[in-house]
Amino acid sequence: MNPGSKCRTCRQPAIIDLPRHNANFCAEHFLELCRRQVIKAIEHWKLLERDDKILVAVSGGKDSLAVWDLLIELGYQADGLYVGLGIGDYSDVSGDYARRFAADRGLKLIEISLRGEYGYDIPTAAKATRRVPCSACGLSKRHLFDKAALDGGYTALVTGHNLDDEAAVLLGNTMRWEIDYLARQLPKLEARDGFPKKVKPLVRLTERETAAWCVVRGIDYLVDECPIAAGNKHLGYKATLNAMEAESSGSKAAFYLNFVERMAPLLAGHLKDDREALRECEQCGSPTSGDVCAFCRLVATASAHERVPVELIMRGRR
Amino acid sequence: MQVHLRNPTRVLEIEGRRKVHALLTELGLNRESHLVIRNGTLVPGDGELDATDVIEIRPVISGGA
Repeated sequence: MNPGSKCRTCRQPAIIDLPRHNANFCAEHFLELCRRQVIKAIEHWKLLERDDKILVAVSGGKDSLAVWDLLIELGYQADGLYVGLGIGDYSDVSGDYARRFAADRGLKLIEISLRGEYGYDIPTAAKATRRVPCSACGLSKRHLFDKAALDGGYTALVTGHNLDDEAAVLLGNTMRWEIDYLARQLPKLEARDGFPKKVKPLVRLTERETAAWCVVRGIDYLVDECPIAAGNKHLGYKATLNAMEAESSGSKAAFYLNFVERMAPLLAGHLKDDREALRECEQCGSPTSGDVCAFCRLVATASAHERVPVELIMRGRR
Repeated sequence: MQVHLRNPTRVLEIEGRRKVHALLTELGLNRESHLVIRNGTLVPGDGELDATDVIEIRPVISGGA
């Protein structure tokens, strides 16, 4: 054992180095640091109330399982929601991880199958709409998460977005000066007509930290990346930010957290108030600016298309 | 040492001992986007890896947003 690698708190052998904290930590004190960061986020931004009925969007990956685990550990009542996206073996395996996590802990997991309930999957939707698969995936998940939360009487929808996710989205929105998106990029979006409260308790943890949380806690998660996300812009922004982080530790945290504290309040007045412009979708009743919402239009287009195997989409993205 | 990598999945044989950060640098991997795991336990950046160790280098980057 290297004698220099000691926990900052207890001086026992460290298991992880966190350059942005300029410190190493043992397993016990690393977990403690993660809990403190999540509690700080929840308290500072008033993300959750003790009596919130929470629905966690679960993918089977590290972030969603880590946030579910953390919330349960911190004493919150939280059920899980898994959406089967039909991305070949990847989705089959990711569902297994989510189910096993829930079953091992006696937690409730709600499942929705895109193919089973809406007649399409993400590879088919990508082909049918001639857009990148992440576009149909994001649209489907946002709609189904909102719907499941409202239908189930949940008062908070939790996602596992971490510091890297938020910093990457912030970089992308800043590069294009997407003022309305920037104004909405907050750890909490309050509930409003047709939308549940949405919160991101992991925004103070990097994805290296959420992955490490899972390893230390013995959480088995799907490590493999989505086979059709490869090469997307979001991953490019993350690589750019991590290259900057390697040169200057703490850059990602400063970029995102200072945005939320200093810039987001200045943008609040620029947030488009589209509530008056929203009406109910003629087909599903969800809020929409048109007659039929984007999700129902996607369902109509994708479910009418012949089924497309994921391999076809993967070949097209190489 | 035997080093297991992903994306794509492969196994490398590396001669001799290394510190974790030196191994990552040698392989061109950013420490911010990887964890190094030995026998199910994380190894910090200045942790010493033995020539006989079996190591997993696990990427931590997710593509969704």
